[in-house]
Amino acid sequence: MALSGIQIYKLLPASSKNPEVKKHANCKECGFPTCLAFAMKLAQKQAELAQCPYVEEESKAQLEASAAPPIRLITLSADGRKLEVGNETVMFRHEKTFFHPPGLFVRVKDTQPDAAEVAKAVAGYAVEYVGMDLTLDGIAVEADGGDFAATVAAVKAASSLPLILLTEDPAAAEAGLKAAAGVRVLLWAATPDNWQAMAGLAKQYNAALAVRPAETDLNALAGLAEQVKNAGVEDIVLDPACRDFRTSLQTFTQLRRLALKHGERRVGYPILAFAGNDPLLAGQHIAKYGGFIILDSFSPATVYPLLVLRANIFTDPQKPIQVQPGVYEINNPKPSDPLMVTTNFSITYFSVANELESSGLPGWLLVADAEGMSVLTAWAAGKFDAERIAKAVNNNGLAEKLAHKRLIIPGHVAVLMGELEEELPGWEINVGPREAVDLPNYLKMQWG
Amino acid sequence: MSAIAIPVEKWSGKVREVTLGATAEQGGTRTKTVTVGGETTLPFLHFEGQLPHPPAIAVEIRDRPPADWSPVLLEAWGDVVNDVTAWARAAEEQGADIVLLQFSLHHDLTADYARQTLRRVLSATGLPLIVFGPGQADIDNEILVAVAEEGKGENLVLGVCEDKNYRTIVAAALAHNHMVNARTAMDVNLAKQLNILISDMGMPVERIIMDPTTGALGYGIEYGYSVMERLRLAALQGDSMTQLPMLVTPGEEAWRTKEARAGEGVPAAWGDWAERAINWETITAGTLIESGADIVVLRHPESVKRIRAMINALMN
Repeated sequence: MALSGIQIYKLLPASSKNPEVKKHANCKECGFPTCLAFAMKLAQKQAELAQCPYVEEESKAQLEASAAPPIRLITLSADGRKLEVGNETVMFRHEKTFFHPPGLFVRVKDTQPDAAEVAKAVAGYAVEYVGMDLTLDGIAVEADGGDFAATVAAVKAASSLPLILLTEDPAAAEAGLKAAAGVRVLLWAATPDNWQAMAGLAKQYNAALAVRPAETDLNALAGLAEQVKNAGVEDIVLDPACRDFRTSLQTFTQLRRLALKHGERRVGYPILAFAGNDPLLAGQHIAKYGGFIILDSFSPATVYPLLVLRANIFTDPQKPIQVQPGVYEINNPKPSDPLMVTTNFSITYFSVANELESSGLPGWLLVADAEGMSVLTAWAAGKFDAERIAKAVNNNGLAEKLAHKRLIIPGHVAVLMGELEEELPGWEINVGPREAVDLPNYLKMQWG
Repeated sequence: MSAIAIPVEKWSGKVREVTLGATAEQGGTRTKTVTVGGETTLPFLHFEGQLPHPPAIAVEIRDRPPADWSPVLLEAWGDVVNDVTAWARAAEEQGADIVLLQFSLHHDLTADYARQTLRRVLSATGLPLIVFGPGQADIDNEILVAVAEEGKGENLVLGVCEDKNYRTIVAAALAHNHMVNARTAMDVNLAKQLNILISDMGMPVERIIMDPTTGALGYGIEYGYSVMERLRLAALQGDSMTQLPMLVTPGEEAWRTKEARAGEGVPAAWGDWAERAINWETITAGTLIESGADIVVLRHPESVKRIRAMINALMN
């Protein structure tokens, strides 16, 4: 829970019972005139606690705990690519939104001759979806008895992506961490057997550290996280040691509830999930609380739908993605080419625009301001009615721009035809197909 | 260090249990019935409530070979699409729990034709049936009234009931002891309202399945997903008119996307066509199962297999 300025003031030197600390009251070394002024700035997050050299350890711990989000934000990075995971605040996206999409990683082994090639393919993969370029986030390199350091170095050189190092052997881990110099990696895993050595390495090489108990057990997991935290590791990731649908869903849900609804700091970290080769399991992890998700192989036919699912689930439900209302020219239309109208919901717009573009047929696409709703939803809500469509036609000067007066409306709103003919005297209203995918055929058949 | 207890939440509500189909003992001819619903917690959280029935898989078949289906689908089913009885048998062989007979819109679609088609499908499969009209109010009403009468005793699910057209279908279902599917456009209040309207006609709520509609992956799935989560939360919190099992049609939605239909002229980053298309259907369906779907209607046999494996993994 965040503390107020007054609560923070009670933890600063001016309020200390220790004379050695109290003597620094209002010393101004922090850059503020008094401890109270500093406390107020801290509460507003406009100052850093480190600016006070005299704050007591116990106070420091309390202040830091109070400022921490319930699920710690973990940052991995490489060569300008940054991945932030955590800091979520709700169980269900409709309650507010999910903030940080989980990182999607592809696993390669150090015994795999094409590890660097796979890494390169993963790094080079991008797919366009509603105007966004969707990409994968990193490579998980597994020590499997090969030359781990060389593989890490090769993957790093080939991909320039954040890395997860998969090994329980501290010697291999250190070799991998050295080879990954310059990349902020996630090291997996600290176990009940090796946690001291792994925590030491995570500290030394500034890596995030995943903890994995011997079996799925909340207390074993929390205990292990607490141990590595006490050993000085801040950036912790939880691997609750479940790999199947049912246990993963239950355990990830429990961990999220504990962090968000029970203030349980010991498990207030993102979750690492292994999806194997099952796109459905990866899909579950995307929707239900995975933080870092490792896929065992890379295939465009699998990662494309997963990246789209991630984009969908992590869309802010209060802000549907919209496109600017107006007239869009597709494939250099002439004044004699067809005019179609749709709404400004991005998915609607892109469905229609993509169909037209890929068909090569020229046309004018009029995008009416339907407050970011799809055709049917907007129509039901009265945001895509005859009046609005007529207004869009008139405001965009289409009667002047075009050599014809024919308007194609989406098949789903065929009922608007009569009203539109009244609103737009002199215009011929044509009912187009219901689905964008049928538009090219419709145009070929109907537009002569 | 204090021990961490498993965070269990208390829910006061329960989703109604609904049974589709009727065996000979129950006055029908089905070899099995399918019961869904009965949940007292969120999907698959076995540690805090009862989940007595796995979500069921319905497979959509058509009375005519579908003119606009993706070649990937047509190839997977092969010749059976030319014969509704063969298709019904194939659906059962491929692991369907329920067969959904979707009538296509064509000139032969009369009440008599619908009766005959229903007879043929009933004789071809022992699974419970859902029967949907082509989605044009006057024709839906005409053929569903005939189907309700012809299928007396079979405990069919008739659809689609929408706020603009539900009375005739509900009356036919009431008269012949069938159930109905109530579809609304991705909105919690619209869903409740239609359930109320239908139950006001005297239809017991136990005989309504609600269909909150979904978008496909990439085409608005997040709206359907969140509406379903909200409906299920409301049900568990005790809101009676949301305590109905949910049916959604991820097959139909996914297979009309360009990703599922287009094999050529698409970006290389989309990957192998058939695999991408099946992933589109299964990831849409799987995500909706996680948000509370009790019945998913699928189209591709491979999708049935994969979704079945997922359901088994979540239940057992």
